[in-house]
Formats: sequence, structure tokens, C-alpha cells
Amino acid sequence: MLDFLLDKKGFFVAATRPKTHGQGRDTERQMSYVRALTCKECAADYPVEPRTVCENDFGPLEVAFDYTAMRGNVTRESIQAGPDSLWRYKDLLPVEGPPRAGLRSGMTPLIRADNLAKKLGVKDLYIKDDSANYPTFSYKDRVVSIALTKALEFGFDTVACASTGNLAHSVAAHAAAAGVRSFVLIPHDLEEGKIVGSLVFGPRMVKIHGNYDDVNRLCSQIADKYNWAIVNVNLRPFYTEGAKTLGFEIAEQLGWQLPKHTVVPVAGGTLLPKVWKGYREFIELGLVKDNQPKMYAAQAQGCSPVVEALRNGRELFKPQKPDTIAKSIAIGNPADGYYVIKIVNDSGGYGAAAQDQEILDAVKLLAQTEGVFTEPAGGTTLACAIKLIESGRIPRDEPICVCITGNGLKTVEAMQGQFADVPIIPAKLNDFDRVVDELAQQPAPGAALTSPLVSVDPPTPRTQPTAATKPATP
Amino acid sequence: MSDSVTVLIPTALRPQVGDQEQISVPGDSVKQVLATLNTQFPDFGKRLFKGDDELNRFINVYVNDEDIRFMDNLDTPVKPGDELSIVPAIAGG
Repeated sequence: MLDFLLDKKGFFVAATRPKTHGQGRDTERQMSYVRALTCKECAADYPVEPRTVCENDFGPLEVAFDYTAMRGNVTRESIQAGPDSLWRYKDLLPVEGPPRAGLRSGMTPLIRADNLAKKLGVKDLYIKDDSANYPTFSYKDRVVSIALTKALEFGFDTVACASTGNLAHSVAAHAAAAGVRSFVLIPHDLEEGKIVGSLVFGPRMVKIHGNYDDVNRLCSQIADKYNWAIVNVNLRPFYTEGAKTLGFEIAEQLGWQLPKHTVVPVAGGTLLPKVWKGYREFIELGLVKDNQPKMYAAQAQGCSPVVEALRNGRELFKPQKPDTIAKSIAIGNPADGYYVIKIVNDSGGYGAAAQDQEILDAVKLLAQTEGVFTEPAGGTTLACAIKLIESGRIPRDEPICVCITGNGLKTVEAMQGQFADVPIIPAKLNDFDRVVDELAQQPAPGAALTSPLVSVDPPTPRTQPTAATKPATP
Repeated sequence: MSDSVTVLIPTALRPQVGDQEQISVPGDSVKQVLATLNTQFPDFGKRLFKGDDELNRFINVYVNDEDIRFMDNLDTPVKPGDELSIVPAIAGG
């Protein structure tokens, strides 16, 4: 039987699949290791179709795989033989035929952040940098790659989403490339960069009066009425599986090892449980050793229902009305909040929330130590990681991975007022000499960005470049 | 104006209410409206509630577009002409 993989340049190439995947498996008919959609609450199975909740209890449906059949067939070698994109993990994704979207998405840099580590007084710090994701510079390119491929497999001609901006970008871009119509629904008050960055791809955009949770509720009702592939509603079980690839990449790029501590931003709660699922699948398949990794949730203080529940020892969150500069993670009623809380607790992790100014300071700190410009969501994650380190929740001598999920160039308005005025001078050397003297009196970049509890040693120049795919030592 | 509350039923619950998209139900509070529906359609009630007074955590209820958890939960008052939406919680993100 033939299957299709992508080569290093993203071209389809025929590849021979194992002839048998397991006892009783219909290898001529099945192209993937997907077993069914299964309710996470009552374990009822459903056929693989556009469906997101269980009829019995409204619990979320999740893609269930046949790991027994995978064992021995899905290996480090089989993955490394795949393309330099998230599709190298196709065997662990719910796709039947060849990839049809996001052929160059994923495999973003995992940066060994030595400068930042020194600043924070920790030993091993890694930044998983999805601000460099392709084509729309956020982690959403992962989930949309899978959802678009699945939408085309199901025969939809229109894709849609409820979005805080990044998802709209990604859906619009992938839909344009795939030649299908897209509708993107967003809150009315998003940053201009998020609007333009979507409109340029030609989607039908609708702004909804209200916050993301209002948009999301409307989208659920739209899904009942229109026969569209709403990627984060009726295609959600497939869409969310794409988020696992962030966890897969972290493990592979660390040299087939898991970081002990992973800090993840929480908005709707898709990402953290799926990074965790990715880690667990690699452990299950024997691709990495089980080092009992711990998961940590990061939220903005102005929208922190999950962290609030973690702090108060509750298994259920109370919804909030978001009020934060980190608009891309301003979801007060997170669909998967319950599971985030459960996984964080089960793994022995914790959560933290950051104020708006702390978020902006962390954006600057990451930029001025590692050369990565993230949006406020990424600033939130780093600010929370710092809080977790300072409070002793994350030990300073164990490997830490901070997941940066979006790009700061989309949200430049958020940084207004954060920098001193830039001097304007005549084109004369004397004036330039004067400005150089004046600037020398100012603090060095990043000097004011560390708290009293953090090491204030100056950052050291990086001695070796960090490559996207080069395994780092955890 | 109708003397009842209009309840919008999501696709997944329509088989339990005779495939109706919306139902007019009298009542002064969310609890009363849903209790009336529960009496008329016991299978619907079984899926909607976890216990007597606890909604299934995977279902959100809105009165005129506002989540009842920001009001008085099941005790949130309703009046004739209000719209009560039952929406699956698992969406978005």
C-alpha cells in the first residue's frame, strides 16, 4: 500500500507503509492509526466525522489512536525520515490522506536561552519559539494545518473560526492557499495588526460586539445552522490534535528527551492538554523516557479563571470578563479549562498570572536577551515562568521550556509608551557624537527588567547559534 | 410579546425534544424553565443536569446573551420574551 509523505522541500512523495498495523486491521482501507472519536468523560466511541461533543453527556470528543499498531512502526527513525515540518508526525495525527495544508508549518526553533537563563538564575532554559511559525507566525498554524486538511477530506467548501486574531490569520491564510472560502469571526476591538493580517488573505471577516466568549457562543450556534467547517467548533477534535506537534517538536529537538518543566499559556485551554498528550504519546511509544514532566499554566491577571481555580484548589473554574492587554489569550470561559486544571494538578505543576506591566516587561526581556519579539501572550508566559521560578515552584536547576506562541509584530500597539523617545538629529557628525554621549548615560537595554529576586549578572554573548532542528541538551 | 421564554436548543439535544430548534416555556427563573422542560422531556433533563440543582459542566446557559454564571446561576430571573440559549461548552480556543 502506498502512502504519501513530504520530502524536505515540501513535495509529496510516495512512501511505503507497513503492510500490517496490527491484528485485524484493514490495512487496505485505513490510511491512519485513528481508531475513533471517543468521549473524554464516558469513553463512548463515535465514527470519525465532524462532531465535537458526546450525545450522552456533552463531554468533549477526542481522537483515539491505535497505539498498539503504532508500536514498532512509528519510531524515531520514521519520524526523522519525514519532512522538515509538523507533518513529520503524520502517523500521530488524525489525517487519512496526504497533507493538504500547512506543508511548511511547524518545526519552529527551540532556542537554548542561555542569556535569559543567566538573567533569571536558572540552569537550563529553552524557548519554543512559535512566533516564527509559518505562514502566520503563531502556534495556530499547527492546529489549522490539521483542521484544513480534515475539512478538505470531509468535503467542506467553507471554513470558519471564532478567533482572538491569530487563528483568524491562520485560517484565512491556509484557506486562501487551499482555495476554499473562509469566514473569520473576531471581537470588535482587536489590534489593527490582527485585522490587517487577516484581511490581506481575503476572508469574509465579521466583527462581533463583545469579547471572545461572545464570539465563541455565536460560532457554536452558527455551527448548528450552517454546513461549514468551523475549525474550533465542529472540527475541534481534529484541530486540537495539531497542538500535540508543539510537544513532539520540543521532545525531538531536545534530543528525544522531555523538559522537566513546561510553561504554557492558557486561553481556551487547547494547547496545554495537547502538549501533555504529545509527551504521553511519545512515552507510550517508547520514543522518550518518562521523566514525569510537569505542566504549568500561564494567564494574564486580567483573565485568569484557570489560575484562580488552581490557587484555590478547585477543579472547576469560574468564568471571568477579560480585561487585559494580552488579547490573544483573553478567553474568560475556556472550553478546556477543566482539563488544564486536571493535567496541571496531576502532573504536579502549578499556575501563575501576570499583570499587564509585568507582561510588557517580559516581552522586552525576551527581546533584549534572546532576540525574540513575542506578543503579549508570550510576555505573559515568560512573566509567569519567572514568577514560578522565583516562588520556588520551578526549581532553578532543572530543564525548563517556555512556550512562546505568537509574534510581537502583530501587536505593536501594545508596546506604545514602553520606550524612551527616539532622538531626531540633523545629518551632522557633531550632533551624532552628542547623541551617543547622551545615550551612554541611559541604562543598558534590559537592565531594568529583572526583579530583585533575580540574578542581575549581565547577559553573555551567545557562543553558538541555536538551530531549529539541532537537538539541544536538556 | 410572548408570555413565555424562548429556549434555543442545540443540535445535540434536539433528538430529546422532538427535533425542535426552539421551545416556548413559561417560568420566572432559569431553574423553573429548565424544570418544566425536564418534566416534558426527561431524556433532555438527564443530559442537562448532573444533579438536582447542578448543570452539566459541559453545558452553558445564557439569558439574552449573558452567561447565567455572571448572574444568579439557575436562580437568574427571566421574564416573558427573554431568550434562553443552551450551548455546548466545548468550543473555541
